[in-house]
Amino acid sequence: MTLRKSLVMLLYLLFVLVPIYWLVNMSLKSNREILGGLTLWPTAPTLDNYRVIFTEPSWYTSYLNSLTYVSMNVVISLLVALPAAYAFSRFRFLGDKHMFFWLLTNRMAPPAVFLLPFFQLYSAVGLFDTPIAVALAHCLFNVPLAVWILEGFMSSVPKEIDETAYIDGYTFPKFFVRIFLPMIRPGIGVTAFFCFMFSWVELLLARTLTSVDAKPIVAQMTRTVSAAGIDWGVLAAAGVVALLPGVAVIYFVRNHVAKGFALGRV
Amino acid sequence: MKIRDNRAWWLVLPVFVLVAFSAIIPMMTVVNYSVQDIFDPSTRYFVGTEWYREILADPRLRDSLLRQFLYSACVLAIEVPLGIVVALSMPRRGLGVPVSLILLALPLLVPWNVVGTIWQIIGREDIGLYGWLINHAGIDYNYASNPRDAWITVLVMDVWHWTSLVALLCYSGLRSIPDVYYQAARIDRASNWAVFRYIQLPKLKNVLLIAVMLRFMDSFMIYTEPFVLTGGGPGTATTFLSQTLTQMALGQFDLGRAAAFSLIYFLIILLVTWVFYTAMTHRDDMR
Amino acid sequence: MAEIRLEQLAHRYGGRAAPATDYALRPMAHVWEQGGAYALLGPSGCGKSTLLNIISGLLAPSEGRVLFDGRPVNDLTPQQRNIAQVFQFPVVYDTMTVYDNLAFPLRNQGQPRDTIDARVREVAKALEIEGVLQRRARHLSADEKQKVSMGRGLVRDDVAAILFDEPLTVIDPQLKWRLRRKLKEIHRRFDVTMIYVTHDQLEASTFADKIAVMYDGQIVQFGTPRELFENPRHTFVGYFIGSPGMNLLDVSRDGDIVTLAGAPYPFPRAWREAFAGQAGRRLQVGIRPEFVSLVNAETAPLTGTVAQVQDQGTFRIVDIRLSTPAESVIKARVAEEVTVPEGRVGIDLPLTWLRAYADDQLVEVAHEDS
Repeated sequence: MTLRKSLVMLLYLLFVLVPIYWLVNMSLKSNREILGGLTLWPTAPTLDNYRVIFTEPSWYTSYLNSLTYVSMNVVISLLVALPAAYAFSRFRFLGDKHMFFWLLTNRMAPPAVFLLPFFQLYSAVGLFDTPIAVALAHCLFNVPLAVWILEGFMSSVPKEIDETAYIDGYTFPKFFVRIFLPMIRPGIGVTAFFCFMFSWVELLLARTLTSVDAKPIVAQMTRTVSAAGIDWGVLAAAGVVALLPGVAVIYFVRNHVAKGFALGRV
Repeated sequence: MKIRDNRAWWLVLPVFVLVAFSAIIPMMTVVNYSVQDIFDPSTRYFVGTEWYREILADPRLRDSLLRQFLYSACVLAIEVPLGIVVALSMPRRGLGVPVSLILLALPLLVPWNVVGTIWQIIGREDIGLYGWLINHAGIDYNYASNPRDAWITVLVMDVWHWTSLVALLCYSGLRSIPDVYYQAARIDRASNWAVFRYIQLPKLKNVLLIAVMLRFMDSFMIYTEPFVLTGGGPGTATTFLSQTLTQMALGQFDLGRAAAFSLIYFLIILLVTWVFYTAMTHRDDMR
Repeated sequence: MAEIRLEQLAHRYGGRAAPATDYALRPMAHVWEQGGAYALLGPSGCGKSTLLNIISGLLAPSEGRVLFDGRPVNDLTPQQRNIAQVFQFPVVYDTMTVYDNLAFPLRNQGQPRDTIDARVREVAKALEIEGVLQRRARHLSADEKQKVSMGRGLVRDDVAAILFDEPLTVIDPQLKWRLRRKLKEIHRRFDVTMIYVTHDQLEASTFADKIAVMYDGQIVQFGTPRELFENPRHTFVGYFIGSPGMNLLDVSRDGDIVTLAGAPYPFPRAWREAFAGQAGRRLQVGIRPEFVSLVNAETAPLTGTVAQVQDQGTFRIVDIRLSTPAESVIKARVAEEVTVPEGRVGIDLPLTWLRAYADDQLVEVAHEDS
């Protein structure tokens, strides 16, 4: 049983890691070696690709820009989604089901045509080329997702817990922060990670809503394509560097995600 | 049973305002485009439903729609069961937990254009590991010239990219099952299958709904990865709906027609999602 | 149906290598006889649930053996031990109906349909949940869920024992009482060993024929409710059982003079000898408030002043502050019609009900009729 499980896990991780390894492998090679033939590891390892990323201001500022709007987005998404998810999981109210489904529909708009009105909207309110514009725009798909994931976790917490807490004299905000949030920690951890992830890799909105000052890393990456062809090495190095913040995030939320669920007395 | 209380609206209001700000005005603008013929910002004519009629009669839409449905069906059929199996196989405690969480999350964190790039290289016979291995195993494989190979490569790439999402969601769902349920099941002599069927699966229902719908919507709108990998080719083998749409909107600057296309596209996703959503939440209300 | 025997059983969550201070269960030997109704009584954190999980097989003990009918079962799973257990919080299979929940353990054993149906209906009737048999378990109220949870334990008629881990915690008091009676009835009818974990002495004494009192990872006394009341073998049993608990007063010995709560007290010879045999240990005597009587202050060897009187309905609890140097408080239970004197009172401690303890363990004192 356990052996079979470990085997499944190992095989799957192998499947996941080979392409990642290939990315790292490429990032340490020169373009000539990448295109020259199949090598399992760099024969002439070079850090030139990384040097480009860490010395050219357009690279590292775009990296910081991305981090800024993504963190803003995660914070905003969680702050507004937590109470809303609680409302959906505990109460019936006028139009609740329609509201819930309408939130979901916001993930469904194909971006190609919607980008232009987005650009017009954010230019009109004077937010164009600021991190907050991207953070707000990403809320369009992250907030519904956050509400949705959190609602699922909250529904699995027995309502008796709320009732007992109110009987014990907790006010709603106190109960929510002290008792309820700790109980759905796995959900909050997962939600934070997914918000981070979707915002971090999103390209089209982020590119449309910025030009110079707030240019994100994903947009900067598309600059590796030039008349001389694609700069594979730098693109791979940028890809590797782009993995790191996400790894940090999942490392921080790991205990929340892995935390078991204890049905205890309030 | 849920309590009926309209004051709950106050808790939902921030979400409503925030999302409506970014959702409603662009949507109205697109609807506006879709009934006009636009030459440049100052020259536009009202054309009514002409674009809609034209698009619904267009064989290109029907072809890519079919391709799209087949693709999304394959994505769901592979990624959801695989994701559940991976989640069930995750270690429950110890150092294995953070390690496998981080490794699983890696594909999700790769920017989408880089995902395409990785598979573009790794699938090549001359410089990529997979292409080389497959060809040396005696199978003739070339994703750039063979439509079937291209299609499978895009699918495998999607499985690689997104199964982790299903697995992570399911894992967190599994973690929210109190230990006492497993203990009770052991006392009741439940088989592993019964534990999965009656304890794990019901508790996973919420997260599975999310996983299925997210994967459906995102696979139905897939654009960047196949565009980088194959450019939609060879021929139109991997030209999915959003690429058709993008060609129309950006390539041909046919904004009115593209807007109408977008709305039809949006409605199809809406419809299918609604069917999924109702089917998967319906049983809740019974008994 | 089985006799459950524990041999040199002990448990450290860290395993054998963990320091001795980590014992969740201290080494113990114990026998639960076939067909008995037992309670395992103790405060939270004393190791009751650990012991229960070891018996059911959910937890492997780090030391010692568990035997069912003389057969070691350490390496057997709960399934193989054939044991039923009901948990503190209701565990129901949400998506199944109540009927399917109750039938689940039997179906897993592959019993014939008719047998299952008969058993399920019998148990549902006993627990008064016949009306909701066809409802989905997720829509039940908390106490209905707990009944279903208990029902799954009771439905199997071939089990070695049924273990209850504080099963009535989430149930409201009135129903609690009825359910306890039901359990007792079911116990008589099915003749199955039942072990019932609780921290409530009333629950333990109404359910069980014999109670094992646990304290700090050990069973400190095993006996009938009456034995626990009259003859506590450990000071903990003295003050945990009874309400209020046993009065405990310090005794010290200075040569031939024995003092009680700091003042010399005329203990008979047998008592003085018993204390002398326990040199170097902490000495105490204990007496239940029920046996303390108030007498004339002039002739009594022990006196004090009334500090507080609590009316409990049919009786009163009187707190008396002793006039000895230690100023200990002793509680006496007096009948309603007795007038409690104001100010100084004398206290009589009848020797028949006085118990001696050395380092919290009961010391036998030879009876002499004087």
